[in-house]
Amino acid sequence: MNTLRKIVDWFESRLQLRDSLWPVMRHPIPAEVSTRKGWWYVFGSMTMTFFVLQVVTGICLALDYEPTAEGAYASLEYLNYEAPVGWLLRAMHYYSASAMVVMLVVHMTQVFLMGAFKYPRELTWMAGVGLMVLTLGLAFTGQVLRFDGDAYWGAGVAVSALGRVPAAGPSLVHLVLGGEYIGGHTLSRFFALHVFVLPALLVAVLSLHLYLVVKRGISEPPDPNRPVVPERYDEEYSRLLECGVPFFPHAFYRDGVACAIGVLIVVGLAVVFGPKGPMAPADPTLIQAEPRPDWYFLPLFALAALAPPSMETLLLLGLPALGIGVLLAVPLIAGKGQRSATRRPFAVVCVTVSFVCLSVLGWYGKTSPWSPQMDAWSGEPIPRRIVARLSPLELQGAVVFQHKCCRNCHALDGRGGKRGPDLTSVGTRLNYDAMVRQVVQGGGNMPTYGQKLNRAEIDALVAFLVALRPEGVPPANLPAAASSANSEIAQPGIPQSP
Amino acid sequence: MNEHDCPCTPADRSESETTDRRGLLKWSTILLGGLATAATGVPIIGFLLGPLRKQKDKWIRAGALKEFAEGEIRLVDLENPLAKATDGDTGRIAVYVRRVAGTQFQVFAVNCTHLGCPVHWFPQAGMFLCPCHGGAFYEDGSRASGPPPRALYEYEHRIENSELMVKLGHLPTLQQPA
Repeated sequence: MNTLRKIVDWFESRLQLRDSLWPVMRHPIPAEVSTRKGWWYVFGSMTMTFFVLQVVTGICLALDYEPTAEGAYASLEYLNYEAPVGWLLRAMHYYSASAMVVMLVVHMTQVFLMGAFKYPRELTWMAGVGLMVLTLGLAFTGQVLRFDGDAYWGAGVAVSALGRVPAAGPSLVHLVLGGEYIGGHTLSRFFALHVFVLPALLVAVLSLHLYLVVKRGISEPPDPNRPVVPERYDEEYSRLLECGVPFFPHAFYRDGVACAIGVLIVVGLAVVFGPKGPMAPADPTLIQAEPRPDWYFLPLFALAALAPPSMETLLLLGLPALGIGVLLAVPLIAGKGQRSATRRPFAVVCVTVSFVCLSVLGWYGKTSPWSPQMDAWSGEPIPRRIVARLSPLELQGAVVFQHKCCRNCHALDGRGGKRGPDLTSVGTRLNYDAMVRQVVQGGGNMPTYGQKLNRAEIDALVAFLVALRPEGVPPANLPAAASSANSEIAQPGIPQSP
Repeated sequence: MNEHDCPCTPADRSESETTDRRGLLKWSTILLGGLATAATGVPIIGFLLGPLRKQKDKWIRAGALKEFAEGEIRLVDLENPLAKATDGDTGRIAVYVRRVAGTQFQVFAVNCTHLGCPVHWFPQAGMFLCPCHGGAFYEDGSRASGPPPRALYEYEHRIENSELMVKLGHLPTLQQPA
């Protein structure tokens, strides 16, 4: 025991932690944080814990991962199937990344709603926004390192969006790709970003964030009767700390419990669901790909489909930049005054609107109803109950309907593409003329098929469409769409009369 | 410089001597430090900006004329002429070749003009469809519907000794079409 004591003393006399680290661990925090309200304060620690887990699992993966276009895919498969528990490490890295993003958002939301970004913690919040940007950067670069078809085309989508930046677009594309096309040079620079540059920057900004947390103290739970007045706040806060409690152990253990639960959940998810991908190899000639980004970027992916074309570049590139700018400006705009969410209805509305928008966009991104269902024409037969009551001409129309891939965009009985309207009962909505016009001329989002179908095919197809209505319901009488141009159509193969 | 920085200047050195030497050291630090920074910084920045130097697309054989039926569109797999040995599968490239009639051809990039996803060709419908955001193009490459802002990118091509030659290499984007 004496020897141990001596060893400890030897190190302590050189490190002098009792003078440096210990006071930091014991720095006073508002007493309220050591009550049940303290559970609101664990989210930042959880985010950081997941980051540490990312670093550790990331280093392990880097031992086997080959950051080359030739070897990346095979090394991922090696990790999945051959390296002992390699699959689990990959899965943990994926779910821990997701958890890091989730907890980061939860942490930011809590800080925002509790007004903890106000004086004197504005810079702490701004550093936090920097951490968010870096975390999303890590998420995106990491997705590319999972070098499969989704990663390949996903990188293509990202640079195609970047390529729209006025003037600088082409140069940005070259800098991100590291050359003229997505190749080995692209993967190795994403690797360098993901493994060296972004984590180093993140550690640097995180150090600033933590320094500020310790230096300017943890915010006390908001009290509607005590708005922040910068002139008085420092004095009030130091008076509050006179009856404060030390961070260690009063807040530390609560953090510990939350972080441990978080890590256990991540490991549980990893064990149950396993690693993500790799899917088809990253081969530009394998074009039967339907790339989707990881969930963090689904809202942006959806925005690309839903934005009006005239505003698309502005929204795709400007909205994220604007979002970051607004977040950075929040403490400058609202750096003092009321902190309690119960007295800040606008703040609550902002959070609610943001979450609703992101969730709805995310859901759309996930289901992508605007994308044609590429295999519906051959994979989704016309429902039997419809076929059963068709005349020979209408049956021929059903064949045209499938063969011309109408089904890829139009569902019947809810099955098929969702890009265009479901046509199960289109016969009750459009009359014969209106349907001919729609098929031949297109309109709305529908291409024109006038050149692609001969007269017999149009006859049969429209007969089939007219028959698409519940039994006993007569066909639509009036055209639902304006058909004034009907008589002027000069396309070949158009029947002149029903 | 604050004179209180060095309260213990040795007595045998005159004030002016130490001040002169400080001045020399200060300027040497700034000058040499600047030189060292430039000596390392210039090549580092030059290296980082290296990819800005554009490589020209190259001509490559896409196939013999007889391989392409008139009025049909075919996906052709090629080796990207700019590819390096370390590119693996990514050094390949696919293009859609449309033989309109006789020696009249169109060669399209597979990348959708919206955000670069690979469009699928449906000969039955005579339509290219994009799986990402639902862009659609007619068989001549013109925009049919959806978010794409323009027609499919077309590669420069020519016919040489009954063979179709295509000029390609870079990833086509809106401001750098094929």
